[in-house]
Amino acid sequence: MKEEIIVSGRMNPMVDPQLHIWEWPIPLYLFLGGLAAGILVFASFYTLQGKEEKFRTAVRIAPLITPVILVLGLLALFYDLNHKLFFWRLYTTIRLESPMSWGAWTLMVVTPLAFIWSALNIRELFPRFDWKYSWLKQLETFFRKHIKVIAWILIIFSLILGVYTGILFSAFNARPLWNTSILGPLFLTSGLSTGAAAIVLMSKSHEERLHFARLDIILIGIELFLIVHMFMGFLASTEVQIQAAGLFLGGPYTTPFWLFVVFMGLILPATLEVLEIKGYRLPLIVAPILVILGGLIFRFIIAYAGQISRWLY
Amino acid sequence: MRYAMAVDTRKCVGCSDCVVACQTENDVPIGYCRDWVVEVVDGTFPELEIEIRSERCNHCENAPCVRCCPTGASHYSDGGTVLVSSRKCIGCGACIASCPYDARYPHPDGYPDKCTFCLTNRVQKGLKPACVAVCPTKCLYFGDLEDPNSDVSRVLKIRKWKTLIPEAGTKPHLYFLI
Repeated sequence: MKEEIIVSGRMNPMVDPQLHIWEWPIPLYLFLGGLAAGILVFASFYTLQGKEEKFRTAVRIAPLITPVILVLGLLALFYDLNHKLFFWRLYTTIRLESPMSWGAWTLMVVTPLAFIWSALNIRELFPRFDWKYSWLKQLETFFRKHIKVIAWILIIFSLILGVYTGILFSAFNARPLWNTSILGPLFLTSGLSTGAAAIVLMSKSHEERLHFARLDIILIGIELFLIVHMFMGFLASTEVQIQAAGLFLGGPYTTPFWLFVVFMGLILPATLEVLEIKGYRLPLIVAPILVILGGLIFRFIIAYAGQISRWLY
Repeated sequence: MRYAMAVDTRKCVGCSDCVVACQTENDVPIGYCRDWVVEVVDGTFPELEIEIRSERCNHCENAPCVRCCPTGASHYSDGGTVLVSSRKCIGCGACIASCPYDARYPHPDGYPDKCTFCLTNRVQKGLKPACVAVCPTKCLYFGDLEDPNSDVSRVLKIRKWKTLIPEAGTKPHLYFLI
């Protein structure tokens, strides 16, 4: 038997014995960003389809929460920065190689648009809301007139935002678990799925709820397919990625991942949604809440497990 | 110009003088280090083999930290050294997460810190980096790879060497003589 003992004199806080530079704010932000992106994609998509009235919650009501979600996400990001007073440096450069740079710029486009979209639909909450000043009213008519243009910009940048939440991780080749480009589509699908779940949760129309429950089932299917693909990719790759996959296949993250994410966050809610569509009377809030919680736990697990996975030398 | 360092794993005794010299020269905060010593013991007693490595930033030619930095605070400087401008840094931690060697640590002042090859404080004044200057066994070699007569070029020509995880695609410039 061969033994190998490695003794290192390095004990840098937050780096040793294993990296934990990114704590809860990052996965929380990735979840919130994905959720907002999901809702905004549906809102702009059904606006472009001219189905504003049919899917009233998706287009008019659910986007009202996106400014709050995005601001909470941005606050989490800001809280995570260690050199806070220099945050504006993000907006003095554009570095396409760095996902964090173009992600910050994407947020700069999506957040104001989310505010504009909500402002245009504020009367859903306060029916007698009045903008008071004439220039604000003119601005409202201007945006309303160009709503399709806004919807086009919004759908493109929301999709980028959804993908970016995953690409942010996959750019790090130092962490083999993150270093897979499938995280982009996977996080986008998860974001769309949590967005659809949020719409189901908020909708009062049975028809709309069923529509988004159906969409959610498809999205969950795609997500499961991508997860299987991710593990196939890892297991067919190099030793470091096989070990990274091992974190979920017998390693410390096996139970949280397969139980809380795959079973309770994907398979169970999909089953409940299928039963609901078949006509069974079930408590309507259970499935979407499970989807949303599953999405949140998924981001946390990937963020933490990724920092454990490493190159071997 | 291409600065590089070679570490003789056969001469290094693991005394950690390089670590202390660096901490003193560069005002590294207490409890942190820019370079460190790794001892790898292989085999079963009494058939043992030991490798001692004084490690630090690899000043990669394809540095993931420079690629992942959203503001350009991590950048290539003279001789290919990788440096951080603290006044451009937002402290996001991306470079720390992106380093396969975990060579960076979060400085208590908010920005990441790491080995600079003592570029501005010593090398550009004609001195050797602090760790190289103090090494009691003279197992550290520093110099310009493009100069065939530099210490590092000459020792790399006559000795067998390896770099750490070159398969990570980083093109590291810290060489270990084996």
